[in-house]
Amino acid sequence: MNNYRYRRLIDLSIRGACIAAVVIAIVPLVLVLTYVTVQGLSGLNLDFFTQLPKPVGETGGGMANAIVGTLEIVALASAIGVPIGILAGVYLSEFGNNRLGKSVRFAADVMSGVPSITVGLFVYGIIVLRTRQFSAWAGAVALAVLMLPTVTRTSEELLRLVPDSLREAALGLGVPRWRATLKVVLRTAAPGIATGVMLAVARVAGETAPLLFTAFGNRFWSASINQPTASLPVQIYTYAVSPYDEWHRQAWTAALVLVVLVLLLNVSARWALHQRVRAS
Amino acid sequence: MKTGPATATNGQPTRPTRGLEELDASSRDLTLHNGARASVPVPEGKEAKISTEDLRVYFGKTRVLHGVNLAVVKGAVTAIIGPSGCGKSTYLRCLNRMHEITPGARVEGRILLDDQDIHGSWIDPVLVRRRVGMVFQKPNPFPTMSIRENVLAGITLNGLRATDTDGVVERRLRQVALWDEVKDNLGRSGSSLSGGQQQRLCIARALALEPEVLLMDEPCSALDPIATARVEELIHELKESYTIVIVTHNMQQAGRVADYTAFFYMGELVEFDRTDVIFTQPKESRTEDYITGRFG
Amino acid sequence: MDTLHSRLGPLRRSGRHGGDALFKGLTAAFAVLIIALLADMAFEMARTSRLSLAHFGWQFIRSTNWDPVRDQFGALPFIYGTVVSSLLALVLAVPISLGASIWLSEFAPGWLKTPIAFLIELLAAVPSVVYGLWGIFVLCPLLRNVVEPLLGKMFGSLPLFQGARQGFGMLAGGIILAIMITPTITSVSREVMKAVPNVLREGSFALGATRAEVVRMAVLPFARSGLVGAVILGLGRALGETMAITMVIGNRSEISASLFSPSYTMASVIANEFTEATGDLYLAALAEIGLLLFAVTVALNIVARLLVWRVARSPV
Repeated sequence: MNNYRYRRLIDLSIRGACIAAVVIAIVPLVLVLTYVTVQGLSGLNLDFFTQLPKPVGETGGGMANAIVGTLEIVALASAIGVPIGILAGVYLSEFGNNRLGKSVRFAADVMSGVPSITVGLFVYGIIVLRTRQFSAWAGAVALAVLMLPTVTRTSEELLRLVPDSLREAALGLGVPRWRATLKVVLRTAAPGIATGVMLAVARVAGETAPLLFTAFGNRFWSASINQPTASLPVQIYTYAVSPYDEWHRQAWTAALVLVVLVLLLNVSARWALHQRVRAS
Repeated sequence: MKTGPATATNGQPTRPTRGLEELDASSRDLTLHNGARASVPVPEGKEAKISTEDLRVYFGKTRVLHGVNLAVVKGAVTAIIGPSGCGKSTYLRCLNRMHEITPGARVEGRILLDDQDIHGSWIDPVLVRRRVGMVFQKPNPFPTMSIRENVLAGITLNGLRATDTDGVVERRLRQVALWDEVKDNLGRSGSSLSGGQQQRLCIARALALEPEVLLMDEPCSALDPIATARVEELIHELKESYTIVIVTHNMQQAGRVADYTAFFYMGELVEFDRTDVIFTQPKESRTEDYITGRFG
Repeated sequence: MDTLHSRLGPLRRSGRHGGDALFKGLTAAFAVLIIALLADMAFEMARTSRLSLAHFGWQFIRSTNWDPVRDQFGALPFIYGTVVSSLLALVLAVPISLGASIWLSEFAPGWLKTPIAFLIELLAAVPSVVYGLWGIFVLCPLLRNVVEPLLGKMFGSLPLFQGARQGFGMLAGGIILAIMITPTITSVSREVMKAVPNVLREGSFALGATRAEVVRMAVLPFARSGLVGAVILGLGRALGETMAITMVIGNRSEISASLFSPSYTMASVIANEFTEATGDLYLAALAEIGLLLFAVTVALNIVARLLVWRVARSPV
């Protein structure tokens, strides 16, 4: 009986340790979110969304250009990365049961582990050096490269969930393979893929490192996507490492805006997925 | 009686397809791949809509159909029965080239639709499938589409134009006796219907393309008895205007719906005849064994 | 219904399969693009760092001398900083992640599983730069004023915990990285443990084992290689993480035994100096650091994927 009690004790303490681990894992999230909210709210006002940054020493101003810049870069990146990723996913799920498919799958998985800073370097090499210009679209290409593996693999997974009977139904109606794939298979998987895409977009929207030497930054409005463009993450970084208190305050507010943006995308995507899983 | 002489496939002798002794009027004679002679019997006074000549099907290196000579009578229901694995579904899927979506599937021999070989290299399988529609074992309405859109799917997905879409929807749904049940909810998702309703919707969807032939691959195996009865009724009505081939493992069903029945066994067509003949006086002992439940 | 193709007539069509072949080719092209991108990354980075590769050779990773003014570039301090901060992160994150994933897959009551897993995944959703910001203004002061003095008092005899307490340094870097890789390791480990067949668990339960014993006897042995894969994936993430660690590690290229002193990582030096780098050799040297980072993380990812694939067929 003693032996049993001893084992029971071990069992309980291991459970306890695991619960402690969960708590420790979650504490930073709570801390970071609390700080960002508390610190960020104090600087939140209309100016933040409508004004350009003020020079050092002057108070006030906002990050309108960085907010617009982020939206612009992320939208461009999605426009590039999402269609490519989805079509590559279509290949993997519909035609990819071969060696090429296997290699692509593996390459995508490996690519998702490539550090974002090296993607920035890569895009610097292939675009910025050639155009001799930091630009929003160089930043967008970097983010597109980052989201590509996620979008591809998620699309593949979700397309695979579409039952073969639907493919057969379409083909049996005399629909060519490509139309059946686009209009039936892809359409059936679309809500799930949308979720995956939103998660990928949310992830890259907060990326800083790949933008440092692609989109760079700009204290003013950028006249076109061929010019250096401000973005929230880069702006947060610049302000955070600066020595000015006013800028620190702004960095917190920018962080709040960025976190809300990213988490909103992330949570609503997950929520949508959850609803769908429950519904089916 | 003009049943073909014994044919040898792959070196192993096979017995000739039996049946239609009295009916056979206009059989088509042909020479098989191994030089033997055979014929495809067509019942008297009838016309063949589809005839397969020496049809051999391979999956990779395995041959699953060993030379099937069979005529599908126009404007009638032909049932294909046989134990599982006998090749009856494979046969059916060849008739509109659906077998091609299985990797490694290959066909030898001829399949004539109105005297045109549908496996010719210049033939577009897509067009074959528009003329030879298919209904599957499990009801498979498109879940992203409404009932209405499902009926029209064959038209819209193919990018075809139809002038009177409301008319098409109503006519096809009436044709499958679904109209009264769904007419107020045409916008509802097709997958919200019951299994039997879904299957009838799928039939309506196939009919909307105005096929000449309708292939049905065990269309009732996923349905309850009441839904099954309604689909069978439907088949009765449809044979007025369509040529129907139905694969079933349910012999009672074959007896109820089919004018002609073909018995497949181990990749061969063993016997083909009028349904009443097959079920009352089969000529082959294997057929008799099967329909009396001794195997299969 | 004459508008329909009621009578199609001949079945032939000229551009037969044209659409299908085109479609397959198009999707295949995009799929191949992924492989091409990965290869091009390697190529491009090798090209940009050519000058430095030729100039310094192996000396590049052995020398501690990083002096842009004299065009002397040795990456050892950055390699050291990257490796040590990542290992420190693993030391902190692995027990926590494993504990959390074991709890999630074996102990957690059903209703708590989803929300807790969700919170841990949210941890991964917070942008790196936000962790950095928090690190600068909350974590580093906390370390400087509370944690480091405490550690100094308790373990001051060890070289690890000696030296000036600045907050910004290896310890801060390690902690930030640990926070950021915890969700990665947790979710992959959980995936791997989910793949452990239930019959293994039932077998042990049938022998009268407690839950903890089941984990030890049945779950962990089966999942082991996958768990190693999860940890390696975490390591890969830590090695390449840039912003947060750049903001808290102090960015000084020196090698010190103390966890309190500032350090520098490979990713940080690229982030900080790349846009300011004047001179081709300087740029090439930074690119070479990027190349090293790329090569190491790709290698780690290959190993990790293979390990995880072996256990859980579902890709992570």
